[in-house]
Amino acid sequence: MNNPADNAPVQKAGATEESRTSLTALLTDLSFWADWASVVGLVGLVIVFGIAQPIFLSVANLQALLLAAAILVVLATGQTFVVATSGIDLSLAAAVMLGAIVLGLVHAAGWGIFLACVLAVAATSAVGLLNGVLITVGKIPDFVVTLGTLSAITGLGLILSGGEPTMVGSPFLLKLTSGSFGPFGYPVWVAAGVVLAAHVALFHTRFGVHLLATGGQAESAHSLGIRTNRIKIAAYTISGFCAGIASLLLVARIGSAEPLINTSLLLNSVAAVVLGGVSLFGGRASILGPAIGALMLTALVNGLTLLSVSAFYQPLAVGAIVVLAALIMRYQR
Amino acid sequence: MSGEPSSEAILACKGLSKHFGGVRALSDVSFEARRGEVTAVIGDNGAGKSTLIRCLVGVNVPDDGEIFFDGRRHPFANPDEARKAGIETVHQNLSLIDELTVVQNLFLNREIVRRVGPLALLDRPAMKREARAMLSRLSINVPSVSARVRRLSGGQRQAISICRAVGSGAKVVVMDEPTAALGVQETANVEALIRRLREQAVSVVLVSHNFDQVRRLSDRIWVMRAGRVVATVQSAETTGNELVALVTGAA
Repeated sequence: MNNPADNAPVQKAGATEESRTSLTALLTDLSFWADWASVVGLVGLVIVFGIAQPIFLSVANLQALLLAAAILVVLATGQTFVVATSGIDLSLAAAVMLGAIVLGLVHAAGWGIFLACVLAVAATSAVGLLNGVLITVGKIPDFVVTLGTLSAITGLGLILSGGEPTMVGSPFLLKLTSGSFGPFGYPVWVAAGVVLAAHVALFHTRFGVHLLATGGQAESAHSLGIRTNRIKIAAYTISGFCAGIASLLLVARIGSAEPLINTSLLLNSVAAVVLGGVSLFGGRASILGPAIGALMLTALVNGLTLLSVSAFYQPLAVGAIVVLAALIMRYQR
Repeated sequence: MSGEPSSEAILACKGLSKHFGGVRALSDVSFEARRGEVTAVIGDNGAGKSTLIRCLVGVNVPDDGEIFFDGRRHPFANPDEARKAGIETVHQNLSLIDELTVVQNLFLNREIVRRVGPLALLDRPAMKREARAMLSRLSINVPSVSARVRRLSGGQRQAISICRAVGSGAKVVVMDEPTAALGVQETANVEALIRRLREQAVSVVLVSHNFDQVRRLSDRIWVMRAGRVVATVQSAETTGNELVALVTGAA
């Protein structure tokens, strides 16, 4: 059990530590790969797809790719806040559906598109708030609570909508999805705005530091007077708010509110967070990382489609990449 | 139960009693820590040291007795009140957040912010500057104030916990076994740090198992046995053997 071979890797790791500055050391340092997984993955995919199918790099395709990524970027940003507190929000995609249905019904009732948008975001934020309160005050594990709300709000959405899609013919939403400012469509700007706001909140406010402290060691944070329950509730509410923004983008994109859950949105939001170097144990996060992770996953689907790979292979590829990324994360320092 | 503690006392108690169920953890304990001194509390396991400290800093509420802080009667209902009044506790493990940086830990929950329009944004350059100043004032060496605490040694972490306590403007720093988990060199560093605190007239209450350490660092030693204070000795006038005798009850 205690043979010399066991000691070898330890010595090697020590040597790596000392010569970290050299490039080879950097490239063999798994922590580097863990922190930059999403960037490395995105660059790798761009190179591979760019060579295999030059259309991938056309301006039109890149614009379409960014447009397609906007919803996932917003959701991954919301999920990041929750994961940073060492929680998880499994109800995210169901909240998007609820937001869409609220939007559709309020609009159909003739209350105006702006009120419809506000109420949609309010509904999903309320779902987040409920998640947070049940987890902290109710002291129930996060995945149980959010799995419960996933099912409950799916049912609520079906009841409210009667299982029927509602057409949303709104000039405002049409403009939101098809209009553009500069080289990018409005959804891309919305996603960029969410990412910027989230980055400022997480890294330039007291709330952000307290959130990371809560995720890192809740007990220690609490002993220093940080109200960890409030922080967690806020994180889930932010996640719900992001689901609301995503539901606006979704309804604008497809032109109707459908009582369908896109489960791949949920899985990909978690995947983007993992790829972005956010620790699933909490306390360590980034906003740009998950945003780039979301871009990478969208690029993967886009590129495979351009290469005429069957859509059946896409979930397989996403799953493999996420598990690989999670493996590499173990070497984060 | 009349009579205030002496004016030199920064933190004191009189007639403190506490029991947990049928176990009497403290009986009629009177204690005082003087301003600007290092006051040590020693005793065997279960002698009541920790309970005494926990009552003083508001973790436990005593059944009976009075607590005085800075000359006034001042019971604390919880650790938050004690901290706001100026008593900081350095716990053995429960203090630093591993994933945060040295600066973030030093300023946790008292971050420096600057107003930008309606927003209050962290003033990170100011906190870094201030953190470096705090650390250098106590001659604490860390690779970088932006390093994650997780990557530091046990001694460095303990030094940062202590630095944070002092940096918050605490009048009293209570340390529960600050070197219990440390190696020889790291223990020496933390001891040197405690001496520097004393030079800067910070009042320290030190709970320790290590009699030699207590004699090296403290001005006065309070010896506890079976929930009572059995002796108070001047550190300069005692010997290790005497302390052992007092702690075990052989004297």
